[in-house]
Amino acid sequence: MFRWILIGLLALGIAGTAFWGYMEHQEKNSILIQAENTYQRSFHELTYHMDLLHDQIGTTLAMNSSEKLSPQFVEIWRLTSEALTNVGQLPLGLLPFNKTEEFLSNIGDFTYRTAVRDLDDSPLTDDETSTLKKLYSQSGDIKDELREVQHMALENNLRWMDVQLALANEDEPMDNTIIDGFTTVEKSVEGYSEGYADSPIIGTSSEEHQYKHLNGKEIREEEALKKGMEILNVENQENLTIAETGEGSDIPIYSLSYQNGDESGYMDLAKQGGHPLTVLITRPIAENKISLNEGAEKAQDYLEKHDLDSMMLFESSEYDNVGLYSFVYNQDGVRVYSDAVEVKVALDDGEVIGLTARNYYMNHTERDIPEPTLSMEEAKEMVNSNVDIQEEFLAVIDNDLDEEVLTYEFLGVMDNDTYRIFINAMNGREEKVEKLDGTEINFAANF
Amino acid sequence: MVNRKAVFLLMIMIISLIGLQPDSTTKTVNAFSSQVIQHGAVGDDVIELQSRLQYLGFYNGKIDGVFGWGTYWALRNFQYEFGMEVDGLAGQTTKDKLVQASNYDEGFVKENINQGKDFSHYGGGDRNAQQQQGQGDQSGSNVTAVNVPQGYSQNDIQLMANAVYGEARGEPYEGQVAVAAVILNRVESSTFPNTVSGVIFEPRAFTAVADGQIWLTPNETARQAVLDAINGWDPSGNATYYFNPDTATSGWIWTRPQIKKIGKHIFCN
Repeated sequence: MFRWILIGLLALGIAGTAFWGYMEHQEKNSILIQAENTYQRSFHELTYHMDLLHDQIGTTLAMNSSEKLSPQFVEIWRLTSEALTNVGQLPLGLLPFNKTEEFLSNIGDFTYRTAVRDLDDSPLTDDETSTLKKLYSQSGDIKDELREVQHMALENNLRWMDVQLALANEDEPMDNTIIDGFTTVEKSVEGYSEGYADSPIIGTSSEEHQYKHLNGKEIREEEALKKGMEILNVENQENLTIAETGEGSDIPIYSLSYQNGDESGYMDLAKQGGHPLTVLITRPIAENKISLNEGAEKAQDYLEKHDLDSMMLFESSEYDNVGLYSFVYNQDGVRVYSDAVEVKVALDDGEVIGLTARNYYMNHTERDIPEPTLSMEEAKEMVNSNVDIQEEFLAVIDNDLDEEVLTYEFLGVMDNDTYRIFINAMNGREEKVEKLDGTEINFAANF
Repeated sequence: MVNRKAVFLLMIMIISLIGLQPDSTTKTVNAFSSQVIQHGAVGDDVIELQSRLQYLGFYNGKIDGVFGWGTYWALRNFQYEFGMEVDGLAGQTTKDKLVQASNYDEGFVKENINQGKDFSHYGGGDRNAQQQQGQGDQSGSNVTAVNVPQGYSQNDIQLMANAVYGEARGEPYEGQVAVAAVILNRVESSTFPNTVSGVIFEPRAFTAVADGQIWLTPNETARQAVLDAINGWDPSGNATYYFNPDTATSGWIWTRPQIKKIGKHIFCN
């Protein structure tokens, strides 16, 4: 009897210990994941900030007016300090990374000194411009190397916890991709002797406001379904699911969707007027049969069919056999950037498989565009003389204060980089300078 | 009689074929397809365009198969110098002029791209001097660059795809785009961090991050969804929160004004 009680107690004890052990294990795991996440965050932010830093320095090179330069230097200074913080949060304790940190703080010092100086009285000297150019190319190298480390880390699911362990066990030969990558970054810096993303300009109105261009009668569910069948190419109404939005939505919307094997479709229709706001069709896409150029015509036809007239193609690019087109509204030859529409065309058969017109319906009105007081030539004078201007347009954009302004838009080249520069057509202010990229080395193809 | 005629015809055809054979190997073949090439295009036509422009000295960038800004300006300069209409589009007239004015050795260019060599300059003269040392490359594609949305790297896209896959892999496509759009809406919002990684790794923001599911390998669909969201699609209706009503543990989330339900997720702000 006594023996059985003892066995029972012991069994209970073992079960209890096992349970306790399991809980401890779970807890340890979740703490490990949390620590790992913090490291990952710092690492990914570091690469992002370096990328941004490189772009911002590049943008500075194309700027001309001190009103624009000073804030830009402040921005760079802020970015260097963010990047430095990110470096500080990484478990690199035993890894020599001080040269890179020094490099960052050098950029910071330089930009801070220039930012607080009155650039009207003492503009950038030639020496300073060449320093900036050097910093630009050096930060580009660091950025590329960090991006490469990041790619490998993402590709192979590398853990920072492993880096920490590898660094702690000094006796073992260090064989860790992240460590190697950072060592390379550090090496390349030794060789030198010394928030926002560049947001796409289109549809930039960051201020939320009422939709300005939703007109027409409110449509009923049956009409919405009919429209959905037409736009999504569905023959049988039963296959469509329809839903209405709740109180949190800025405007009342019908959402329609269907699912058919590996093909599916979705669209948002404004109740008022039945305008399509979002269309997304997903299906496997075969080899290209039509070119990006022909796809653009399909996109334009599609827009005209859906009452989006006088839109002009502004940008196009090809991703995985899909053509993506950005259109902006064209009012008497002036490009209105906030009224933007994007269209996706499948390049196998030319079907339009996506549309987003939220920005258009949110911002579009027929504007009262004034005559510019500056001539094109006068505006050109305001652009940095190192930029070789290739194309010019008139454009309405939202400036930093979220006001719509009429500008001259110049596309120009400086040292193999392309810049988009906006000069206010009324007072000559340099409203915006953007460095354009849009292509990147395919990391995945290089390994 | 009929038979003889047929044999005769056949022989003529064979002879003419033989006659054609050596001709097509010695002459530079016009490999341009009939398409009009424009900014943003990707592929073999772009490689040929870049090589020919480089041969003529208009293009100094990398021959990477993506029609970016560098190629665009080179093409416009070419059109200007040759007295054509300057539109930055490689249409038939432009392509004919290019073929006339330059040589293009497709095999040579592609072989070098495949070996991962950078061209210092593709043009006349000693070919050995035109190549620089590079590492080997196992991939079969000749295109060595990709289009990325302005301001984003492939890695940012990858990271977001990880998050979307971890959070919404069972959801319909629009539901995945919506989750990606929420991440971007948060980056825009003043009450959340200002970077994609900041938003994703914000403590207690996404369950997939907290339980490690973010490190599952995402599929192509998740990546497409992220690209669509970055390019402006937002089926969530500008939401900054979403939750799964079956598993949500916080009562607070129910107090947010709801926008819509896509798949299992309710989107709100």
